Amino acid sequence: MMALSKRMLEQEPSEIELLLPWHATGTLSARDARRVEEALARDPELAKQYAVIREEYAATVHLNESLGAPPPRAMLKLFAAIDAEPERKPSAWFTASSRISDFFASLSPRTLAWSAGVAVLALLLQAGAIAVIVAKNQPATYQTASLSANEPEQMTRALVPNAAPRARVPEAATPPRALVRFAPEARIADVTALLDLYRASIVDGAKGGMFRLQFGDRTMTKDEAAALLARLQKEKIVSLAVAAP
Amino acid sequence: MQVLYGRHHVRVFRFGLRLVRDEQVAEDLISEVFLDVWRQAGKFEGRSAVSTWLLAITRFKALSVLRRRKDAELEDEAANAIEDTADDPEVATQKKDKGEALRKCLTGLSQDHREIVDLVYYHEKSVEEVAEIVGIPENTVKTRLFYARKKLAELLKAAGVERGWP
Repeated sequence: MMALSKRMLEQEPSEIELLLPWHATGTLSARDARRVEEALARDPELAKQYAVIREEYAATVHLNESLGAPPPRAMLKLFAAIDAEPERKPSAWFTASSRISDFFASLSPRTLAWSAGVAVLALLLQAGAIAVIVAKNQPATYQTASLSANEPEQMTRALVPNAAPRARVPEAATPPRALVRFAPEARIADVTALLDLYRASIVDGAKGGMFRLQFGDRTMTKDEAAALLARLQKEKIVSLAVAAP
Repeated sequence: MQVLYGRHHVRVFRFGLRLVRDEQVAEDLISEVFLDVWRQAGKFEGRSAVSTWLLAITRFKALSVLRRRKDAELEDEAANAIEDTADDPEVATQKKDKGEALRKCLTGLSQDHREIVDLVYYHEKSVEEVAEIVGIPENTVKTRLFYARKKLAELLKAAGVERGWP
């Protein structure tokens, strides 16, 4: 293995040597990571180079983190440009799958491996629990259930004996909307967090500094909408929020 | 779109800024990148992570910006960056701050070397993902990073910092 170290100083780098940076960041496959680990354990020169790589790794992260973030006007500019675009709907697949794939992509292979292990364990436990329940209910006879269209309310009442019949409440035709002006000191991260918290989306942008937000994808009663607006008005980063059609 | 922007804009901005070295240009760049994403959302096939796709678009747009600049201007800039490092060995040595010297030398690398170092160390991209973003074979990714690291070691040596490799 010392021959490997000599070669790395004099000739082309070895295959293992080339993989060291990815080993430091934990992005190698399990097989390659094992090969690198074994080589590191055998070759002190390689281990020395690995220590240097870890310094480079830390310095690069430090350097990039010191670069700061773009100002909020970059986001406003982007959404103004999107508003100027002809209307289009991003595919449902994109929005859903991008969140899922991005979540998994954000995990390192090591974390992913651990998570997969935990998930398998959870599946096994769940399978065991189901098996126990099925075994306990073995004497039960097979039944089918059906429900007519006018039965659900009766069924709900039956499940909650003292429940009063629900009064029908008038509902707005669309999800509630509001015109919102954000505080000048609001950061993009704050705005994004607020949009996430309220499950809101910007449906019309930055006209006179006001954004038209839509909340959720279901209709709300007037009381619910008023409560939501009141809560929104109390947010630190919101300087103005008024109901809008 | 807000969620996507909220989750990725900082890293996209930093990657762009490291390539174009101009905050205003990097700021414009992220608007262009996310606008492109908005326009091309239907074309995203989900074969790679969203962040990989975003970084590839950012790189493409950053290189377009750089191409628009004059070659001479670029060369001056690169030379100055390296010169700065070489001019400053005493300060770096006096402070005995290897980390600071390292960061300074990282900014002195060429654009090809900067982007590969950032993609691997900061954006934690695998060999395959870097190959996809930069558009080069996987073996070239590995050797390019190796030579970027060697160049970094040379710059550090010129700044009076010895690390025992190579």
